[in-house]
Amino acid sequence: MARYDRAITVFSPDGHLFQVEYALEAVRKGNAAVGVRGSDTIVLGVEKKSTAKLQDSRSVRKIVNLDTHIALACAGLKADARVLINKARIECQSHRLTVEDPVTVEYITRYIAGLQQKYTQSGGVRPFGLSTLIVGFDPYTGVPSLYQTDPSGTFSAWKANATGRNSNSMREFLEKNYKETSGQETIKLAIRALLEVVESGGKNIEVAVMTKEHGLRQLEEAEIDDIVAKIEEEKAAAEAAKKGGPPKET
Amino acid sequence: MKLDLSGFESTPPLFGASDGLSHGFPTAPSFDLPITGDFDGFQKEAVQMVKPAKGTTTLAFIFKEGVMVAADSRASMGGYISSQSVKKIIEINPYMLGTMAGGAADCQFWHRNLGIKCRLHELANKRRISVTGASKLLANILYSYRGMGLSVGTMIAGWDETGPGLYYVDSEGGRLKGTRFSVGSGSPYAYGVLDSGYRFDMSVEEAAELARRSIYHATFRDGASVYYVGPNGWKKMSGDDVGELHYHYYPVMPSTVEQEMGEVSGA
Repeated sequence: MARYDRAITVFSPDGHLFQVEYALEAVRKGNAAVGVRGSDTIVLGVEKKSTAKLQDSRSVRKIVNLDTHIALACAGLKADARVLINKARIECQSHRLTVEDPVTVEYITRYIAGLQQKYTQSGGVRPFGLSTLIVGFDPYTGVPSLYQTDPSGTFSAWKANATGRNSNSMREFLEKNYKETSGQETIKLAIRALLEVVESGGKNIEVAVMTKEHGLRQLEEAEIDDIVAKIEEEKAAAEAAKKGGPPKET
Repeated sequence: MKLDLSGFESTPPLFGASDGLSHGFPTAPSFDLPITGDFDGFQKEAVQMVKPAKGTTTLAFIFKEGVMVAADSRASMGGYISSQSVKKIIEINPYMLGTMAGGAADCQFWHRNLGIKCRLHELANKRRISVTGASKLLANILYSYRGMGLSVGTMIAGWDETGPGLYYVDSEGGRLKGTRFSVGSGSPYAYGVLDSGYRFDMSVEEAAELARRSIYHATFRDGASVYYVGPNGWKKMSGDDVGELHYHYYPVMPSTVEQEMGEVSGA
């Protein structure tokens, strides 16, 4: 078998791995993605660039299942994502076969991150150009988790996070507005974060909700529109309250 | 001296394997062939020699309070009894036990190896491995050495998040989940006593006594050690000499003598 012996990702004199940093640039150009962890619900939201008229939008699913209890959303090179997702799906089943147990979220995140790292330290390959948001429930304890990985292969757990385009603004919004939520409130928080950087409307965002009982459920456009409408109402009400707040001077 | 880490491999050495990213296609393991005229016959003989070696009695059963594990302690080489005090219950880790039947070296080595894998799993995943997982790891390893002469008939007993667990794993690659098992040449006898005396809601002492009695009936002049696995790990209950047990179960009763024999005086 032909073996590549020339590394592409090498250190610069000041300690940078430029290929990895360029990969992060690719991620920054990818669509916005957000993940929020509630006490019994985890929500993933992804910006949907307007689909071409002739394109079958159902074939472009951006939030995918890795197993019945784990889901993934990503930002960056979609083709790289497909390869990574396939390997992760195989690993989920392989784990079920060898230890008769479903994977934990941490395990599969560690596997994906390990894969991303391997491609920064092997001959003849470039790093994967994507960051992932991985969510799921622990198969035994039922505790929800949200993890993020990036092209360098690092991963960490988050209460809420965003990646892709304008992720900084989304993260700022989440930092300001995050509180422990559950059920519908978690969904609203995720959509509000996305709406900061995306044109409002059910056409432009894809949202999926994961619960312990029902696994991953993609929300319909109509549902999303509904929730967006509610969010706008609440925003308007808050503005009105602020304006009407300070007492009128007589 | 270079450390020999080949024991850490869980499958026989494959060729063309991992060169970084590309996955090598597994090829049949190759090793030096012995110089002999009739190799097939030699192979058959080798397998036959190892096969009947499962000369022992081990048993384990799940009951209300946990798992009871018991085994005799005789080691034999053909007709010769080489030891009366072999430890056939192997401590994989503080909450899991394995029993030994078949080749002693095979059982000991692979149980130690399994212990290493369980510990590595704990360190990587920050939680203990389940009895299901541990038994599956061992079964997969034994399956990959199938046909190469390993002789292992073991039970993996432990307590994990889902409660007590008991699996039977052997060198043919079989793996069974169950509540009562007995392995070894004495197992038919042990099953008889075990099955007739078994109740799910026994106390720890009752279960230990049942285990002891089953081993005793299977192997007479022999030692038997009994372990109990509960929520806090395993505990050794007793290591008896069954010879003593015999007199415990059948104490010597004074019987009436019909005729007293006096001292025979020299005639």
